[in-house]
Amino acid sequence: MKDEKKTEEKFEVVNTHTGQGWVYSDIVKDHFFKPRNLLLEEPKDSFDATGEVGSPACGDMMQMWINVDTKKDTITELKWKTFGCGSAIAATSMFSVMVTENGGMKIDEALKIKPQDIMERLGGLPDRKIHCSVLADKAFRKTMNTYFREHDAPSRIITDGAKVIDEKLNITDHDIEEAVLEGARTLEEVQSKLKAGAGSPEAIPEIEQLIRFYSEKYYG
Amino acid sequence: MTKRVYLDYAATTPTDSEVVRVMQPFLTEEFGNPSGLYEEGRKVKQQILDARGRIANLIGARSTEEIIFTSGGTESDALALLGIMRKHKGHLIVGSTEHHAVLYNAELLAKEGFDVDYAPVDSAGFIDIDALASLIRPDTTLISIMYVNNEVGTIAPMRKIKKLISDVRAQRKEDGNEAPIFWHTDACQAAAYAGINVAALGVDLLTLNGSKIYGPKGIGILYVRRGVAIDPLWRGGGQERKLRSGTENVAGIVGLARAIEIANELREKEVERISELRDKLLTGIVKLIPKVVINGPTKEAGEEITGTQDRIANNVNVSILDIEGEALLLYLDQSGIAASTGSACDSVTLDPSHVILALGKPYEFAHASMRFTLGRETTKEDIEYVLKVLPGIVETLRKVSPLNLDIDATEMSQKKAFIADGLPHWERNKK
Repeated sequence: MKDEKKTEEKFEVVNTHTGQGWVYSDIVKDHFFKPRNLLLEEPKDSFDATGEVGSPACGDMMQMWINVDTKKDTITELKWKTFGCGSAIAATSMFSVMVTENGGMKIDEALKIKPQDIMERLGGLPDRKIHCSVLADKAFRKTMNTYFREHDAPSRIITDGAKVIDEKLNITDHDIEEAVLEGARTLEEVQSKLKAGAGSPEAIPEIEQLIRFYSEKYYG
Repeated sequence: MTKRVYLDYAATTPTDSEVVRVMQPFLTEEFGNPSGLYEEGRKVKQQILDARGRIANLIGARSTEEIIFTSGGTESDALALLGIMRKHKGHLIVGSTEHHAVLYNAELLAKEGFDVDYAPVDSAGFIDIDALASLIRPDTTLISIMYVNNEVGTIAPMRKIKKLISDVRAQRKEDGNEAPIFWHTDACQAAAYAGINVAALGVDLLTLNGSKIYGPKGIGILYVRRGVAIDPLWRGGGQERKLRSGTENVAGIVGLARAIEIANELREKEVERISELRDKLLTGIVKLIPKVVINGPTKEAGEEITGTQDRIANNVNVSILDIEGEALLLYLDQSGIAASTGSACDSVTLDPSHVILALGKPYEFAHASMRFTLGRETTKEDIEYVLKVLPGIVETLRKVSPLNLDIDATEMSQKKAFIADGLPHWERNKK
């Protein structure tokens, strides 16, 4: 990239159809043009867990990889890749800094980071762009859920507002919907997608019902 | 300061210095209201008459009263659609890749109770004539199909549309159907390079504006063929045959006339020079950057990729897969290059380009689309600079991106984001 010299001037993008301005702060610019903690050459299997949110069709998609210090229960490493606009890239970069700075954040603290916290550190984002930065914390929650599920800590899984179907493994209706969209059609396939193993037997009928519901909804 | 390479001439052009010169007096000493009967008014009125006559002549109109001055392309499109439909009622057909000025006014008419249909295009953006023909009903009043598409540069099959409409008229005569059928075309992107002659085109209404042809912004015309009645959008002092009330934008009118004259004088030479630069850019991008899909009509001639006869001279539109258009736009801007994107992130409604989608491409391709439009100031060095800078930027952004799309994809790659109800947000909002 060409000269990256710091300037005080705001970086303005004006939509050609509307003339509406989008002003990015210097910090956003800095993280956008020099993203931190980007996953480059590292082998993807050298991480404890990964998670992905969004879709390229929607215009924003993000994948995260983490390593955990199990003794201290902190995040030692957080790498990412993002398909998205300027603020999506900058927000993920900033999030990765927040979680890993000062020797790594406690997992429970990191899970509390809100989109507003990221925005504050970025010196603000244009109103209409806030939805992009929301992805960074969502991707992290998803990555941690995978980690919890795979490391025998289902009670720590964050279920947001979704309906919990399997109390023991903290599997939600969203998880099942997503597994179906990823190609799962049977109970076994969903369980293997979610790496769930055997959960509460009483939840199985509802899981099967949801698989049928979502299969018909999307592929019926 | 970094050198700027402006490649967004389809968005707007700088105003020609000669145009500015002829406008100057009307912003200062020649300030009179043309409706005034005293000398200050008469002098200005004469200038408007003169400009109107020259414009009528330049676009092949039969009479000066066929020219209605408006505030630009959007107003002309709105006046054409709302003016015809509210006057004559009936059924409306618009092209699926029209500018929002046409599409959103068609939506407005649909809300007012009119039946509206959208004519599909093929993968290069050409109106499907058979499909258009099958949409025409006995009560179809207006067909609005743009001359040149602003995003992908496709020049519409104007002769075929003209033939179709004259066939429909003949058939209606035979059937004793007295309902009129009119054809409106938005020619804003055509004026600089394709040339406009309303008689040869066979259109009934035509939109043209100053800001795309090195004229002033805030001025446009709607050509309305003699004998075609329309409703005005609003009422007032009765200027422009009561069809567009409001004190005339005199400087704009005088400037527009001069801008059209200059465009006509330069056309032939510029088309040759600019299409060569366009093909150099197209060929270079495809050669230097992997996973690029060209949007709009092109053909391969050996090593070279060239626009066909049916692509406007100054348009390059490519989807550079796996990266997002707004991010690319910002990196280009940082390197001094101004271009535009069809990505959702660069639109107010946060929806991706309807034009790229209408070509049958998936959303991912629309988010990744970049438009470079060349103009009078564009040089060979500018194009070489873009070709030097762009591959590195694309490489950087692809490192950031987790995507690896299939170049032949025709469907959404992942439905995951739409988990709430299986639809992207812009589709949901429509319901």
